[in-house]
Amino acid sequence: MAAYQCPDCGYVYDEKVGCEREGYPAGTQWDDIPEEFPCPDCFVREKPDFEILEGGK
Amino acid sequence: MNSAATPASADLINTGKEEQVSAEEQKWAEAKRYCYLITLIVPAILIFSGVMAIETQSGQWLWLLPVIVYIVVPIVDWVVGSDSFNPSEEEQEALKDDRYYVKILYAATAFQWIGLASMTCVMTQGDFSWFNILGAILSVGAMHAIGLTMSHELGHKVNDKAQVLVAQICSACSGYAHFNIEHNKGHHKDVATPEDPASSRMGETLYQFALRELPGAARRGWNLETSRLKRQKRSAFSIHNELLQTLAITVLAYGAMTYMFGWMALPFLLITAAYGWFQLTLANYLEHYGLLRQTLENGRFERCQPHHSWNNNFKASNLFTLHLQRHSDHHAHPTRPYQLLRDYQEAPTLPQGYPGMMALAMIPPAWRLIMDPKVVDWAGGDMNKVNIDPAQRDEIFSKFHNPQQTTA
Repeated sequence: MAAYQCPDCGYVYDEKVGCEREGYPAGTQWDDIPEEFPCPDCFVREKPDFEILEGGK
Repeated sequence: MNSAATPASADLINTGKEEQVSAEEQKWAEAKRYCYLITLIVPAILIFSGVMAIETQSGQWLWLLPVIVYIVVPIVDWVVGSDSFNPSEEEQEALKDDRYYVKILYAATAFQWIGLASMTCVMTQGDFSWFNILGAILSVGAMHAIGLTMSHELGHKVNDKAQVLVAQICSACSGYAHFNIEHNKGHHKDVATPEDPASSRMGETLYQFALRELPGAARRGWNLETSRLKRQKRSAFSIHNELLQTLAITVLAYGAMTYMFGWMALPFLLITAAYGWFQLTLANYLEHYGLLRQTLENGRFERCQPHHSWNNNFKASNLFTLHLQRHSDHHAHPTRPYQLLRDYQEAPTLPQGYPGMMALAMIPPAWRLIMDPKVVDWAGGDMNKVNIDPAQRDEIFSKFHNPQQTTA
């Protein structure tokens, strides 16, 4: 399970947690998140901009 | 909370500000804390003007708030000038967790509803001339404009359930159910691109923009919310539909007021709500006029940067709009609370505060006379870099396209 961070606001998408409020249940793999997925907090950056978090595995 | 409230030090350098803060600026920074109570005072003035109109039987009182917002504020802006103060890093640390600033907005949301109910009551119980009824409509409309600014601020804090709920209650006051969804997930994502119905294009008049923005934003809000619900495997008409939740508050409250105050309450509520929406349209019109994010080699738009928003830094209108005029910083970091927003000296600047620019936008030839050269200047004469109304592309290119004038 890995985690990815929005470079603008610091939001972390953790595969273990998912993002329920946007309709991505816990366990949703990053690969299954659509390319146009915007950061669900700031909506400024999108999936390709996210950075993998060290120690996220 | 996330780290958006703590800006990277690189961003602070980008604001181009000197480190030193004068004693006068420091005093202003402290006074500003209390000046934000203006959001509470606006509905209080509205309530006061209604009471006075009934008490004195003199309908001219109903013009009090429009006179303050549309005449006094621009004059104060002109006299008092710009707000050069940006909070330092330590000050931002203290400011960002200070709940005082959110609580003002919670209280002001309650005041907005009381203001709306009281003015609707005054309108239906009193006997006023058409001229003074117009004053009351403009009064409530002006209050709605401030209300939508508050709702905008609260609605951005998507990971704080209380703020999101109050944002819905606040948007419901002017019946703008789709606003928070559409604004965050639509406008902020697509800002300053031809895909955004809420970013105006060069050559587009305010009225053409309104016809594109009002339905475009409503449609996008609905689509965004229904696709979210679809991912959650819920029906579009589920109780979890936040757009419908907000709409339900409006329908119930407007219905209750119509029941209490008589059928004449309904047209008054609807007209004032529509006027509130129009003012939001006006704000959207001037915030990104002509500005365009360039397309990268990979086909995506470049990220939104400070030079993709028009700013203004006058003191009075900045307090009224909760620093919304410091628009570049807002778009760079939308979750940053209003009390932290900073002025970027290098960012594109409007010659007047929002109230003055809104008046200008209502007269399209005057708007274009002043703003078109500013957009051309912004693009260094290269009209390929501008968000242009497709219908006027050839005309604008033949008139303004001159990339050689680039000095940058």
